[in-house]
Amino acid sequence: MSTEVVEQSFYEKVLEATPRGERLRLCLECGNCSGICPFGYLMVYPPSRLIAALRADRFEKALSTDAIWMCVSCYACTAVCPSQIPLTPGLMARTKEELLLAGNVPSELQNALANSQRYGNPLGESPRKRADWTNGISPEIKILGKTKQPVDILWFVGDYPSYHPRVQSTAKALVKILNALGVNFAILGPEESSDGDSQRMAGERGLFEMLADKNGKAFSKYQFNEIITTDPHAYNALKNEYPRLGISYPVRHYTTFLAGYLDQIKPLLKSEVKAKITYHDPCYLGRANGIFEEPRALLEAIPGVELLEMTHNHTNSLCCGGGGGGMWLDGFQWEKAHTRLSEWRVREALSVGANVLAVACPYETPRFEDAAKTVQGAAQLKVRDIAELLVEAMENERGEI
Amino acid sequence: MSQDIYVVIEHLREQVADISYVMLAAARESAQNTGGKVVAVLLGHNAKGLAGNFAADQVLYLDHSALADFNPDAYQKALTDLIGKNQPRTVLFGSTSIGADLASVLSIRLNLPLVNSCRSLSKDGKFVSQICGGKIMAEGELPAPTALVAMIPGGYKVEQGQSKQSPPVTQVDVPVLESLRVTLAKYIEPAAGDVDIAKEQILVSVGRGIQNKDNIALAEDLAKALGGVVTASRPVIDQGWLVASRLVGKSGKHVKPKIYLTLGISGAPEHVEAITDSEAIIAINTDPKAPIFDIAKYGVEMDMFDLIEVLTEKVKEAKGR
Amino acid sequence: MNIVVLAKLVPDLVEELTIDASGAALDMTFARLIINELDDHAIEQSILLKERSGGQVTVITLDLEGADDVLFTAAAKGADRLIKIKGDFAGGVSNHALARACATIVKELQPDLVLTGVQAHNDIDGSAGPLLAECLGMPYVGYVHGIAISDGKSKVLKEYPGGLVAELDVVLPAVLGVQASEQPPRYVAVSKVRQVMKTSKIEERSASEWDANGAPIIGRMFQPEASTHATMITGNADDVATKLVGIFKEFGVL
Repeated sequence: MSTEVVEQSFYEKVLEATPRGERLRLCLECGNCSGICPFGYLMVYPPSRLIAALRADRFEKALSTDAIWMCVSCYACTAVCPSQIPLTPGLMARTKEELLLAGNVPSELQNALANSQRYGNPLGESPRKRADWTNGISPEIKILGKTKQPVDILWFVGDYPSYHPRVQSTAKALVKILNALGVNFAILGPEESSDGDSQRMAGERGLFEMLADKNGKAFSKYQFNEIITTDPHAYNALKNEYPRLGISYPVRHYTTFLAGYLDQIKPLLKSEVKAKITYHDPCYLGRANGIFEEPRALLEAIPGVELLEMTHNHTNSLCCGGGGGGMWLDGFQWEKAHTRLSEWRVREALSVGANVLAVACPYETPRFEDAAKTVQGAAQLKVRDIAELLVEAMENERGEI
Repeated sequence: MSQDIYVVIEHLREQVADISYVMLAAARESAQNTGGKVVAVLLGHNAKGLAGNFAADQVLYLDHSALADFNPDAYQKALTDLIGKNQPRTVLFGSTSIGADLASVLSIRLNLPLVNSCRSLSKDGKFVSQICGGKIMAEGELPAPTALVAMIPGGYKVEQGQSKQSPPVTQVDVPVLESLRVTLAKYIEPAAGDVDIAKEQILVSVGRGIQNKDNIALAEDLAKALGGVVTASRPVIDQGWLVASRLVGKSGKHVKPKIYLTLGISGAPEHVEAITDSEAIIAINTDPKAPIFDIAKYGVEMDMFDLIEVLTEKVKEAKGR
Repeated sequence: MNIVVLAKLVPDLVEELTIDASGAALDMTFARLIINELDDHAIEQSILLKERSGGQVTVITLDLEGADDVLFTAAAKGADRLIKIKGDFAGGVSNHALARACATIVKELQPDLVLTGVQAHNDIDGSAGPLLAECLGMPYVGYVHGIAISDGKSKVLKEYPGGLVAELDVVLPAVLGVQASEQPPRYVAVSKVRQVMKTSKIEERSASEWDANGAPIIGRMFQPEASTHATMITGNADDVATKLVGIFKEFGVL
């Protein structure tokens, strides 16, 4: 295939799949994107160079390197582009798609994608066990396939809160909060498939559409007013991508949802949580969707908490490294970088004097906890999801609300 | 036609494979049901001496230059002839790179039923096979009048198939072995200068849980402190994080150390079959349901990264360093 | 180079396996089937050989759940012909029957090389590869991880335990049991498979004979009970490390 044809068809794909993708042609080659990219120094073809390669008919050179898999789809480049090019969902996701089609994909990621296709989750767990985490919880959590009654809220739990032992604690904490607030909610359980957003950002558009289609069919069977998600990635998919596929529902991330209940939550926060907490803005909640204040409002409501800001916060928050396939590229990225973004972030938390790192995304809890094990001086740093911190403040010494 | 149990001995470059002794032990148990003899079948060239410690009633020895090294075509021809003439009650093969090239082919060629993946043969004429990654056991009557059986290790200890008394050796005629469709060009040695893990007493073995090549250094520190060596399960070798000669498992080496310490190994059958002769298996894994805990003597449900360095320090202290 | 690959669909071990009411077979109600991992390697190896020296790759599988996906995915990787064998497999699939049924079809295809995974986890009556080889009257070598073809002859690399490898010359046509493809099986994007589904055709053939003679009769299937369980050492890292040092001393290692 001649490079001209590749370049043209690539542009067409970007235009077709990304809103305002045509802005790709307005690149000023200012280099802001490559400069702010956390792994830009290793990527060989960071965003501005990738565009330069396209323009110079040398795109196939870019496709022959695997360094582009260092991109964690964190939206840092998109946030600073003066031409407002949708670099992350447009350029980077599309380039990864080309790499995938050419078979140039690290095997770790391959497994996560194959698992997502086959089992509806990247961890390779049986779909039939997706709601097993709810066993033993009282009152019993409503699973729509069984109860079939209309509910107010459909809680889209997500892959990691459903299957990953550490993140299941976050899910269980959210259950306690929703119950304490008297929210009428249900989950899909085994009918829920991965939201597919990270897989989409890793270049698997076809897989994303397949997963979205499955979820869409499940949603259409039931009656509910709104969807809430544990995961900012799921929030991003349901809010910004699913509607283009004809699947459109009101959706909020759980932090925004709970922030709406702040007046009811405050009186429940009876126990003091004496901690210096710093909040990590998740890329897909913060930069990608502009939600910064609601999570902070929840944390500030907790008695005893001193909220500190890290050097990189709000729009220039530092990615934990899990997006864009990064969650499943740890070995590959480690071989190239010999450092982890999550470790960088943990050091930032320590340097600002925090003893708790608060998160709001399921990828972050395991990633930061692993990093805290390897970073010097971080052994005492606790990593907690906002839901877990709220419950800590709601419970007395005996663990009762 | 006889009630004898034949065992097709596996050997490679003058070493008798452990599976041969496991099969002899199984044959002994089965012979208690059939009333026949345990007959070791040794194919090779100038290889009679290998039969010295077989726990067998008799050895049938087939000598031919074409049998000097394992050759599927030549071995199939020789065995077709032998089994066809003698019609024993059962013929045991190893479920290995040698035996698996023989058993199924002979099943069709001789029109004899084949029981695969067999773990044990009982005194009451039954076979027990292990399938589906070790999750399912299948039991049945050993087919009659002649059955072929491909065996996996685990049901018997190697010592049970060994004897201090050398069995009598009878040399038998070998059919014409010409126009072979498979010929050996050469052997390619494993990475030179590396240790023979099968001879080591202390092994620290890493599995998928080690996550990347750099972390192996942590395992090496621990192994060094203990005076042992690092080995691994297949996924680690496939990634190229350790050389193939460190592979413990069905397609690697069988080991029999005093201490076999596993880090992040789940305990899949292909790995477990190679470590059951260890004196003590100590397993460290975050998953309490990992199958390795069913065969380990001691278990620790913990993230290995929380433990390795602390353990290495304490071992060094204990050694007075 | 005319290559045929036999791919088997086997129970997916990610799902719980249970025994059916008869007590002698797997309950397939909730069991799902997945391509035998080593057959995926065989497909990859066949595509690599085709990419190197040209030729045609035909993939054959039985008409079981997931067959179409296996075949279309193979086509998306570069396979040319897709054959699905139809029949009544409710009673279970024995490799002896599979080998005999395939042999009829494979003979017509006149391949230079037949590849299949060296084993599958449900091979209770032997492995499909060597059974098929003998039905075809072709030589068989298993545990192969490298294949080179030149002038109608093949050189194969056969794995032995301990990292030892033998280089063998094998006359063609032959059947080889693949232990590992030279490269890990490549990824195919979902969109590519979908595309291929529109352009590729699956040929259907009937199993002319279904003769399971040679497979053992299973009287009982059961799940193994863990006969023992490890003595668990508890405590924090410090406690555990101390206790382990104690154990090492007990075993004379320290």
